[in-house]
Parts: sequence; C-alpha cells; structure tokens
Amino acid sequence: MVETTSHSFTGPHGPKPKKALSRRNIFLYGTLFVVTLYYALPLYIMIVTSLKGMPEIRLGNIFAPPLEVTFEPWVKAWSQACTGLTCDGLSTGFWNSVRITIPSVILSIIIASVNGYALANWKFKGANVFFTILIFGAFIPYQVMLYPIVIMLREIGLYGSLTGLVIVHTVFGMPILTLLFRNYFSSLPEELFKAARVDGAGFWGIYFRIMVPMSLPIFTVAVILQVTGIWNDFLFGVVYTGPDSYPMTVSLNNIVNSTQGVKEYNVNMAATIITGLVPLTIYFVSGKLFVRGIAAGAVKG
Amino acid sequence: MASTRPNQLFRNKSAKIAAIPMIVTALFVFVGGTAWTIVYSFTSSGLLPRLKWVGLDQYERLWDTRKWLVSIENLAIYGLSMLVLVFVIGFILAALLDQKIRFENTIRTVILYPYALSFVVTGLVWQWILNPEFGVQNIVRGWGWETFTFDPLYNAEIAIFGILIAGLWQGSGLVMVLMLAGLRGIDQDVWKAARVDGIPAWKTYLFIVIPMMRPVFITTLVLVVTGIVKIYDLIVAQTGGGPGIATEVPAKYVYDMMFQANNLGQGFAASTMMLVTVALVVIPWAFLEFGGSKNRG
Repeated sequence: MVETTSHSFTGPHGPKPKKALSRRNIFLYGTLFVVTLYYALPLYIMIVTSLKGMPEIRLGNIFAPPLEVTFEPWVKAWSQACTGLTCDGLSTGFWNSVRITIPSVILSIIIASVNGYALANWKFKGANVFFTILIFGAFIPYQVMLYPIVIMLREIGLYGSLTGLVIVHTVFGMPILTLLFRNYFSSLPEELFKAARVDGAGFWGIYFRIMVPMSLPIFTVAVILQVTGIWNDFLFGVVYTGPDSYPMTVSLNNIVNSTQGVKEYNVNMAATIITGLVPLTIYFVSGKLFVRGIAAGAVKG
Repeated sequence: MASTRPNQLFRNKSAKIAAIPMIVTALFVFVGGTAWTIVYSFTSSGLLPRLKWVGLDQYERLWDTRKWLVSIENLAIYGLSMLVLVFVIGFILAALLDQKIRFENTIRTVILYPYALSFVVTGLVWQWILNPEFGVQNIVRGWGWETFTFDPLYNAEIAIFGILIAGLWQGSGLVMVLMLAGLRGIDQDVWKAARVDGIPAWKTYLFIVIPMMRPVFITTLVLVVTGIVKIYDLIVAQTGGGPGIATEVPAKYVYDMMFQANNLGQGFAASTMMLVTVALVVIPWAFLEFGGSKNRG
C-alpha cells in the first residue's frame, strides 16, 4: 500500500478541490440561510409565544425565548379555551377531526383505488368520459357545488352530521386519488395482469392479491395526501357540520377570532400549534413521500 | 366472443360496480351540481331555492354591490401579485437548491413545511406576527426607529398585502418543489453545451432552461391559479374580511350570501362568476394539453 502510493504519487488526482469560501458560495449559502430562517421563523414564534405567560408577552418581544417556560397555555387551549358559547377548548374539535379524518381517508382510498384499478385494467365503454368529467370537476370552485350538496345531504338526512362530511370528503378526494391510482396501476407490467387472468383470477382476486400488495408506496402517498388535506379542511367543515361536530380547524378559528374581552395570545398560539401538529408530524416523518404526493397532484392525466 | 354473453350491460360487471361512485360523483355532483347552481343563479332564491325566474337580475345586483367589487379587486391584486411572486421566488429558490449544495434536504424541508399547514393556522400565525402592538412593528420600534409603521392588517389600503405575505409563505414551497423537479428533468448536456458556448448562467436559465420547462410551468400555473380563486380560509382566519370590507374575496362573498345573509340567488350568481374565472384559465390549458395530443396520435 505504501509502495503503490509512493509510486503513483505524482500529484493529486481528480478535479482540483474548489475553495470552500468562494464568493459564489458565500452568496449562495448566505441567501439560502436567510431564506430558511425566514420560513422557519413563524413556527419558532408560535412555539415561543405558546410557552410564555401573558405578562411576559405584554412586555415584549415576540422573538425572545421565554424567560419562564409555562405549559399552562397548552392546557388551557386544549381543555378550557372559549369559542364564544362553550368553553371546552380544542379537545372536542380534535376528536371530531379524528372521527372525520379516519373514515374519510379509508373510504376515499378504497373507492378511488378500486376505481383507478378498474380504469387501468378493466376499461369499459364510456369509462373515459366519466373519468374526464371527474378530472375537470377537480377544477370547479367548491363554492359552485356547495349548495346542491347541502340539498343532497338533507334529502338523505345526513346534513349537519359527521357522516355527511365524510361523504363530502370522499367525493372531493376522488379526482386526485383516482388519477393517482389509475396512473400507478397502469405503470405496473401488464404481463402480471395477463398471467393472473390466465390462472383464472377475477377482478377482485387480482386487486387484492396482486395490485394492493404491489402498490403499498402509492397507498402511503394517498394516506398522506388525504390525512393532511382533510385535517386542514375548513370550508366543508363549517358548511356541512354543526357546532357540536365542528372539526378542529373551525374550533381553532372560533377560539382565536371570536373571543370577547382580553385576548390571550399565548393560548391562541398554543391552540394554533396543536392544530398544526398532526399535519406537521406527518410531513416531517414522511419526507420524500409527501413531496411525491404533491407531484402526483401536478401530474397531468 | 360477445355472442356467448347475452347482455352487454353485464359484461365486465365488477369494473362497472367499482366505477359507480365515480359515475355518481361525475354526473350528480360535478355536472348536476354545477348545472343546478347555474340555473338557480337566474332565480330570485332567498332563504330557500325556488324557481322564480328573474333573468340576469342577480348578476346586475352583484356587479352593483360594493362588497363584490371590492372582492373582485382584491382577488385581482392578490392573484396577480401572488402569481408573479410565487413563480419568481419558487423558481429562484429551486435554482439555488439545484447548485449541488449541501443540506439540500434540510433546506427543502424547512421551505416546504408551511404547505403542510392549514390556511387557518397560516392566517392565525401571521395575524400574530403582523400585530402592530406586539409583532414586527413593535420589534423594529424597539430597535430605536420610533416612527416605523408596519400594520398591514389594520390599514385598509394595504391589508390585502398582509394576506399576500401569509399566502406566499404558505405556497412558495410548493412551486419550489415543482420547479426543482422540472430543473432535475433537464438534460445535463444542455448545461454543458451552454457552458462550452460561453453563455452566462442567467441567460441559459432565461432563454434555454425555462422554455424547456414549459410543461412544468403550465401545470404549476393551473395549480396556483385554481388555488388563488378558491382562497377563503386564509382570509377568514387572518382578517375575517376586515378591516371593514378591505380583504373580502369572492369565495367569502359566496359563503356569506348563502349561509349568513340568506340570499342564495346572490351566492349562486357569485359562484357562477367564480366558475367562469376558472374556466377562462382551465379550458385553454386543456386545449393546449389534451387537444394537441390527438393530432400527435
């Protein structure tokens, strides 16, 4: 080893290392550092404010870290904050959101994945017409369909209930999810499908035994997309549910924007961060898959 | 083959059953719902929808209402500023991240996280940061600049730009990620060729790379524009439409008319106008994207 080195050592190999502190790099990393700081700041301010007491907030600087850390605002936001009429904090809204999100995510993914599979592998006459309508429907402003859906839900007796909202989320999740699954199933090798057909497997057999096991990543992307989307929804929550079943975003808005008297900014920020916690956790844990979900939304049919 | 199966309707039965939710959604909600709203926008529906025709009355009243005009103006100001800035910021950030830098993942993660948050959360955070008594204005005054004023949410003249700050913070990460994906799709040989020819980097971006990224730009444009037209929760959370009616937007006008003012007809007319706005963007895009592909085969 020593020998070979001494033999071949006539000079450094490979490209000349660039100076780490070139003017270009200082500019590049400097800009990126400032930008990153700017984007991170609101999260920092939320956290810091939520950990301060009100006297400390009145004194001062929203950027300063808390002198005395207190978790009282978090407790208050969770269980005591008032929404004008009732004072039971965000907890009710949180559990409503859980009860809305879980069934909506499951139902919308089942329907869209089976539908996407039918569109990819079992095309029937007219399927593409409906699919095109579905995709264009995704661009129609929700406001246009808001009231007809109120009437439909009222007709079947689900207006104002969580079940009604679950159906609404399933309907509006359908375009993007169907597109996502259809494109993914189409990209799987066709021989696989044909071989299973030859072996006598039918529609559901192929779906459960071949398609689903082969598509776990895309199911994960769909779950991420739906959980964040549904958790963050405000419009459907406020239109299709009543005060008892408001999702978390709606309770949060009511807590912060409808308080009478002294505003408790620390409680407000604690409530805000608690509401953001679910999608944030999903975002930071899922990393690249979250980005893939976004890209899926941008892929054209 | 087909002759052995007696009924066309029952061929491929399972697939048709699987597609029922899609068919129902497409026909009843998307087509039916939209048609219903358009039809009822020509009626005098108030608290409840009813088929009493009034022609274009609702539209005339709509365009005579100051709140609607302010809403449209706000949407135009917010929309155009958002469109330009989100693309400029998103593209520049993507170009910076594309320089084979270290910590790329960390930086991208930080810039994109606001996109995971809801508009309500975004609106409330920025309401707090822009609060003149405690937020940025107070901080800068504390540094000794006593007359510094920065209270967009309390000044009707510029309140919409306070919303814009929050909207940009929330949405620019998305554009950055899409642009970055577009940049990564550009063949490295293009860059090599440009370098050999001695073309400066900014010129390469402007005249070679960006034109090559046209599909990415168009899809991003459609996503951003439809997002802008829908803007609602951000306004409700951050300003509630105030001060006064300074930050009203069409989507909020629709909601207020339908569910608070019991004036359904106005809500239907306003939402139909929103539909027209989106159609003006989406239909040309669809022709470019799908109409052309038929000729190519």
